Amino acid sequence: MKERLQDYIPKLVLSPSFFLILVFVYGFIAYTGYLSFTDSRILPSYNWVGLENYERLWKLPHWWRAITNLAIFGSLYILICSVLGLLLAILLDQKIRAEGLLRPIYLYPMALSFIVTGTAWKWFLDPGIGLEHTMHQWGWESFAFDWIKDRQMAIYTVVIAAVWQSSGFVMAMFLAGLRGVDSDIIKAAQIDGASAFTTYRRIIIPLMRPVFLSAFVVLAHLAIKAYDLVIALTGGGPGQATELPATFMYSYTFTRNLMGIGASSAIIMMIMIFSIIIPYLYSELRTGVKR
Amino acid sequence: MTSAVSQGPLEASRASSTVAPNRLARALIYAALILFAIYYLLPLYVMLVNSLKPLDEIRQGDMLSLPMAGTIEPWLKAWATAQIGVQPTGLKPYFMNSILMVVPAVFISTALGALNGYVLTKWTFRGADIVFGLMLLACFIPFQIVLIPMARMLGILGLAGTIPGLVLVHVVYGLGFTTLFFRNYYAAFPSELVKAAQIDGASFFQIFRRILLPSSGPIIVVTVIWQFTNIWNDFLFGASFASVDSIPMTVALNNLVSSSTGVKEYNVHFAGAIMAALPTLIVYIVSGRYFVRGLMAGAVKG
Repeated sequence: MKERLQDYIPKLVLSPSFFLILVFVYGFIAYTGYLSFTDSRILPSYNWVGLENYERLWKLPHWWRAITNLAIFGSLYILICSVLGLLLAILLDQKIRAEGLLRPIYLYPMALSFIVTGTAWKWFLDPGIGLEHTMHQWGWESFAFDWIKDRQMAIYTVVIAAVWQSSGFVMAMFLAGLRGVDSDIIKAAQIDGASAFTTYRRIIIPLMRPVFLSAFVVLAHLAIKAYDLVIALTGGGPGQATELPATFMYSYTFTRNLMGIGASSAIIMMIMIFSIIIPYLYSELRTGVKR
Repeated sequence: MTSAVSQGPLEASRASSTVAPNRLARALIYAALILFAIYYLLPLYVMLVNSLKPLDEIRQGDMLSLPMAGTIEPWLKAWATAQIGVQPTGLKPYFMNSILMVVPAVFISTALGALNGYVLTKWTFRGADIVFGLMLLACFIPFQIVLIPMARMLGILGLAGTIPGLVLVHVVYGLGFTTLFFRNYYAAFPSELVKAAQIDGASFFQIFRRILLPSSGPIIVVTVIWQFTNIWNDFLFGASFASVDSIPMTVALNNLVSSSTGVKEYNVHFAGAIMAALPTLIVYIVSGRYFVRGLMAGAVKG
């Protein structure tokens, strides 16, 4: 009898967590999915309207603005963070004496809230008191940097702040990768007379493929989720110039009271993330089993 | 992946990749590294020096200069008297809200994660992989997908707009990561020890308490730091589910910065931003190594 009970304890211990995840994650996804097919407005309604919300969503210029911005923001964010992260990691991997001091400096923004980052950059980029103002004070009267007020350019200020926050983290991922490279390979290349540049270009950087993949997955999923930073930096403006899907979903659901459309935009965000994450996790878990 | 947690992933365990190039090249490398360090430090520096200046000095001077007439007035104001929403309470009550929310949420999610990781590695059963896969995938959902049903659920449970409600939310959406951390850590723990203890008649909880827990120090630190940072820095859940008495620090800071009517008190905003950043910054400075391990473990799954 006691043995039987012992057999159940592990599952019993795991079950509350699993139950919470099933209800609060998968049950909620199903609920939001259902709402996206209804005419819910300020409150949930169970009146089925088929694909109407999705059809309306893809006709909204506001949603197209958010999707276009995500494409611009996401691709630049991923590209710049990866290049900068790799560059910093390579530079730091040259037997730098002050590495222990520099590394934490590159990485600390990751410990900050996006709201803090947004607040700092908002004023830094504000032409009235920030960089532009300072340059004028220093006598460079013609200096102009007002992207944050410019509808065409504002989305790039989100990129600037987001890169500042995340590039140190990508640096850490690449540094861990570089430190894992077998030094015999590098020695062999050097004996063959390869320059440091060639060694990196032809041998070491190609070995970083798995790190590029991990960085891509992490950054892409952060980009799709990006919400706090935009709220703190630009509030989605000027106008709708920096709206992203996450801010769109929030304002349609809770401010404009078009819950059905808000739910359908959330479903599209989830599909985007899952189409990146599921193949990645699947391959990682499979190699984990083989190991 | 487990090795990333058990050893410092960034510690140079061998000589660096290439032979030292000539002196000029090294000087250039150092120059570049220092320039980047300035780039990362600049926003923090700007916030700090300007939080210590009177407002006139910010408007007339430049943002990089040190305060001429230094004052801690903006800090006192941000903490105790600044207008947030409709009340002139300063950030103090919201700082307390965040602490009351973070401490139980971190404790509960870490404890559950440890038990889950223990079960999923040492007491596996048919379907355990599917359970873990579902918990892992839950780490990555865009939280927009749960906002509407969560708001209703908190209402049904009578927790809408309360700190316990926020604790529940953070526990639920932190479980995936805490379970992942402990599972990967315990996977490397020798199962023979667990088997031997079982044969000696030790129970499920005895094995956990006497054998696994004593050697779990590093992973507990990693998990606690990860959860603390994420929950303290959360904005979306706070903005969606908190009411006037339960607003966390990040949301209060955003209210302070964005909704102030009349004169924009930049110095007060900067002081407030540093206050909101300070707890996670201190944790980072004190235990940066563990913070990095958490980030890496969160990034490289499996």
